[in-house]
Amino acid sequence: MLQPRSIQSSLGIRDKIFSFDYILVISILTLGIVSMFAMYSTDGGEFKYHTNSHILRFFVFFGLFFLISLIQIRFWHDQSYLIYILFFLLLLGVKYYGISSSGSKRWLDLYFMNLQPSELMKVGLILFLAKYYHRVSIENMNSIQYLFTPIISLIAPLLLVATQPDLGTSILIATGGITVAWLAGVRIKFFAYSALIFIALLPIAISFLKPYQKSRILTFLNPERDPLGAGYQIIQSKIAIGSGGLFGKGFLNGSQSYLDYLPEKHTDFIFTLFSEEFGFFGSLFILLLYALIISRIIKIGNLTRSTFGKLYCYSFGTAFFTYVVVNMMMVLGLLPIVGSPLPIMSYGGSSMMAIMFGLGVVMSCKIYKDVPVN
Amino acid sequence: MLSPGSGNTVIKSKLISRRMFLLTAAKAIVMVGLVGRLITLQINQSTKYKSLSDKNRFREWKLAPERGIIRDFFDQELASNEPLYQVHLVPENTKNLNQLFVRLKGILNITDQKISYLKRVIKKQKPWEPVIISDNLSWSEFSRLNLFLHELDGVEPIVSVARTYPDNSSAHILGYVSQISAKDLKTKKYLKDLSVPGMTVGKTGLERKLDKEIIGKVGFQRYEVNAFGKRIKEILIDEGKAGSSFKTTLDYEVQKYTNELLKDKAAAVCVMDIYKGDIVSLVSAPTFEPNAFVHGLEKDYWDSLTKDGKKPLTNKAMSGLYPPGSTIKTLVALSALENKIIKPSDVFRCTGKIELHGEKFHCWEKKGHGIVNLRKGIQRSCDVYFYEIARKLGVDRLSETAKRFGLGKKVLSDFIEERSGVVPNTKWKKKFIGQNWYIGETLHSGIGQGYFQSTPIQLCLMTAQIANGGFEIKPRIIFDKKNNNFREYMKYKNENPDEKIPLNSLVKNFNLKPLFEDQKNINIIKDAMFSSSNEPGGTSYRHRFENPKFIFAGKTGSSQIKRFTEAQREAEVKQTDLNYKDRDHALFVAFAPYKNPKYAISVVIEHGGSGGSAAAPIAKKIIKKVLERDNLRQQINNLSEELV
Repeated sequence: MLQPRSIQSSLGIRDKIFSFDYILVISILTLGIVSMFAMYSTDGGEFKYHTNSHILRFFVFFGLFFLISLIQIRFWHDQSYLIYILFFLLLLGVKYYGISSSGSKRWLDLYFMNLQPSELMKVGLILFLAKYYHRVSIENMNSIQYLFTPIISLIAPLLLVATQPDLGTSILIATGGITVAWLAGVRIKFFAYSALIFIALLPIAISFLKPYQKSRILTFLNPERDPLGAGYQIIQSKIAIGSGGLFGKGFLNGSQSYLDYLPEKHTDFIFTLFSEEFGFFGSLFILLLYALIISRIIKIGNLTRSTFGKLYCYSFGTAFFTYVVVNMMMVLGLLPIVGSPLPIMSYGGSSMMAIMFGLGVVMSCKIYKDVPVN
Repeated sequence: MLSPGSGNTVIKSKLISRRMFLLTAAKAIVMVGLVGRLITLQINQSTKYKSLSDKNRFREWKLAPERGIIRDFFDQELASNEPLYQVHLVPENTKNLNQLFVRLKGILNITDQKISYLKRVIKKQKPWEPVIISDNLSWSEFSRLNLFLHELDGVEPIVSVARTYPDNSSAHILGYVSQISAKDLKTKKYLKDLSVPGMTVGKTGLERKLDKEIIGKVGFQRYEVNAFGKRIKEILIDEGKAGSSFKTTLDYEVQKYTNELLKDKAAAVCVMDIYKGDIVSLVSAPTFEPNAFVHGLEKDYWDSLTKDGKKPLTNKAMSGLYPPGSTIKTLVALSALENKIIKPSDVFRCTGKIELHGEKFHCWEKKGHGIVNLRKGIQRSCDVYFYEIARKLGVDRLSETAKRFGLGKKVLSDFIEERSGVVPNTKWKKKFIGQNWYIGETLHSGIGQGYFQSTPIQLCLMTAQIANGGFEIKPRIIFDKKNNNFREYMKYKNENPDEKIPLNSLVKNFNLKPLFEDQKNINIIKDAMFSSSNEPGGTSYRHRFENPKFIFAGKTGSSQIKRFTEAQREAEVKQTDLNYKDRDHALFVAFAPYKNPKYAISVVIEHGGSGGSAAAPIAKKIIKKVLERDNLRQQINNLSEELV
C-alpha cells in the first residue's frame, strides 16, 4: 500500500469530478450526440418516437454513468456477486414472466420500460468473474477445482439466453466471460479443450437451432441464396454502405433507409444508415470514436491498481470492442446477422443501460484507481 | 479456499498486462480489417453500389400512347380510339372489403365467381396495388358508378383508351391490333423501347404497315418507391406522344356496301381510281370482327375463324391467288396486237375445240363460236381464238405484257400479307419447276389458266391501266397530297378531244409512262370489252347498264383450278354441277363509265361458277354505287389539289 487507505476512500466530490477521464466522457457524449442525429434520420427527419425516447434514454443513462462512477470501486467489487445473482434472477424471470415478440422471449415488462436482462448480463458476468479471479491466487488459477465456478457462472446464463432464443447475445456474453478468464491467466489448453468439446457438441446444438437461425447462417455464407428473403438484409445493408461512397448522400438523404430498404435501421443497422448518409469519412469518424473509447477504457485498466479493476476494465474494454466489431462486421457483410446492437448508437434501453453501467464502473476504477478493493 | 492475493498481485498484474497486450494487438488488426472493408465497399465498389441503390429507388411506369386514327377519303374514322371505362380498387383505401363488393354488385354486373377471384387476387398483392375490377364498362354502368362513388371507398374510376373500329366492313385492309407478343418484340425493332403492358400493336393490314408511325411515343413516369414498392413521389413524367393519324383513299360507304353484297360468300373486290391509283374499296369476304382482337380474343371466336373453310382471316383481295382466267384475254389480245402477231380483223374458226400434238383444247362453248375476230373473241370470250393467238404469240411475249400491266408483282408496299402471284414464262418454269415449257401450256396461259396466278388487286390494276389509256399508275391507299401527273393530261385531252398526242410528248410533257407501243391497240381492247358487256352475245350482256352515266366495259372470267401451287400441274378436267369446293372461281374485271372512264373494278367470287353470272352482277352494283359517289369524291380531290 503506497498511500493510507483513509485518504483514498474519503475523496471529496470535487476531487472525484477532477479525476474523471474527460477524454472518455467527451467521446461518450460525442457518440451520444451523433447517435441522436442518426436516430433523427431514421425517423425521417422528424422528432418522433424513436428519436425522442433515444435522447431521453441517453441522458438518463448518462446520468446513471455519473452516479455509478462516483460510487467507490470497492462497493462494486463487494456487490459483484450480488449483482450477478440479481441479473441472473432477472434472466430466470424472463423465462417465466417474460414477454414474447416475433418468436423470442427476451424482455421483462417493468412498466416504465421493457428490460432485456441478457444485455445486463453482458456486464454482470464480467463483474462476477473479475471479482472471482481477483481473489484466486496465481497458483490456484489453473487447478480444476477453481474452474468449476467460472464454468457454471458462464454456462448457466448462456443457456438461459440461448434458449430465449438469442444466439447473438449469448455469444457476446460468453466472449466477455472468456476474456476475463483468459486475462486472469487460465491456460490456453483449457480454452482449447472447451473449444473441442464445443465443436463436438455443435451438431447437437445445430439441431436445437430454430429454422430462422439456420437460415441466417446459410445466408451469411451465400447472401445471394435468397435475395428477397434472409439475404435481403445483408444485401441491402451493403448497398446502403457502398452507395454512400466517400462523402455520403448527406444528412437525411439516405435513400436506402428513407425508403425502408434497410431493415432494423434503428437498432442493428444504425451504422449502415450513418454510413450511407455520411460516407467513408463519417464511418471512419465513428470507428475512431469507438477506438478512442476502448483505448481509454484500457488506459484506465493500466492505471488502476487492483487486479479486480484491471481485469474488469480490460475485459469490459474487450467486450465493448467485440460488440462494436461484431455489429459492424455484420452490417458490412462479414458475419451472419446475429442481432447485436452497436453500443450507444443503437436504439434500445437495456443495451444503453448495460453499457452506461459498465462504463460507470470503469470510471469508478479511474477515480479510485489507487484504492485497494480488499 | 480463496487466498486474497497480496504478494502475487504483482505477478498477476504482469500476466494480465501481457495477455492484454496480445489482445490489443489483435484488436488493432481487426480494426484495420474493418477500415479495409469500408474502403472496399465505399471507395472501390461504390459505383456498383450506387447504381444498385438507384435501381432500388426508382421505378418507371410506361404510359401507353394513343394510336393514330385511320380515316377514309371523306374523313370518316375507320379506326379510332374509344375511351375505355375501367374500375380499379385500391384495397388499402377500403374499410370493409366484403361490404364494398356487395355494394358494387348492386351497381355493376359482377358475378360471384369474379368477386371470389378478385378477393384471391387482393390477398396476394400489396394493399396499395390497384386491382382491376372491370376493364370494359359500358358508359351507363360507368356513370352509375360515378353516381355512387362517394359511398365506395377505394374504388377508382379510370378512363383509358383502346382501339375501336366502327364495323367489320374494312377489317382486312385495316387489319387488327392485339397485345404485343414475344415474337413482335423480337422481329420489330421499333417496339424495343415501346413495350408497355397492355399496349397493342398492328398485326395485319394497315395497322401493321403503319404501325411504326401510328403507334406513337411511349411516355413514362419515374417514381421513387419504397422497399415495398409503394410510390413515394413522382420524380419525372413524360406524357409521350399520340401516334400520327392517316387518311386513306378508301370510301367507307363503298366498303360497307360491298361488304354487305359479299356477305356469306368467299370473295374479294377491289375498286381503283384509274388515274391516281387511289384504292376506293378493297374488301375480302367473309370478314371478321376486328374489335374482338383488341381486348384479347376469346378462344371460341378464334377457333371459329381458323376452322372456317372460307378463311375469314385471309385478305383475299391481296393475298388470294387465283388464275386470272378469261380476264387475261384482254392482255393476250393486247400483247398480240402490240407484237403485231395479228390484226384486229384476223379471224379464226372456232369449232368448240382444237387439237395440238394430239391434245384436245376445248372452248367453253361446246358448239363453237364459228368465225371469230378479236372483238368477237373478247366479247364471247372464245377460248379457241385465244388458243390460236397465244400459240402464235408465245408465252414469253405474253408474260412481258402481263408483267408490264402489273401482274406477278406486289401492287402495294409493306403489306406482309400481300402476295405477288405468278406470271409464267419459259425461264420461270425452268427455274422454279425445272422443266421445259410445252406449247400446250402456252395455250392454257392464253386463257389465263395453267401456271398463271394473280390477286384481285393485280387484276384491278391491270384493268385500270387499260382503262386509262395504257399508262402506268402507282396504286396507293394512304392519301397524300402529292399531285397526280394525269391532271394536266386530262385537262389537255378535254380541251382537245380529237388531237392525237405523240408518245414522246406524253412522256415529256405530261410525265406519263405509257405501257403501250401504240395507243390504238389499247382502244381496240377497250372497245372489245365494251362489246363484251354491252352488246348481245357478250358474256356479261345480261348485267349491263342502260343509263350512259353508268355504262361499263368489262371482261368475265372463270378459273377452273381451285387451288394452285407452283408445283401443281394444270388440271384438264372441266366439270359442271360440282359441289361447292369444286366449282370454278367467278371473276369479273371492268371499268366505268365507258365514255369517260374513272374507276376500275375487279371481283372474284370463290367457287361462284361463271364470271358472267356470279361476279358481274355484284360488280354492276358496286360500279353504280361508286359512280354515284364520284361527284363527292372529285370535290375532295379538287379541294386537296387546290391546297397543293
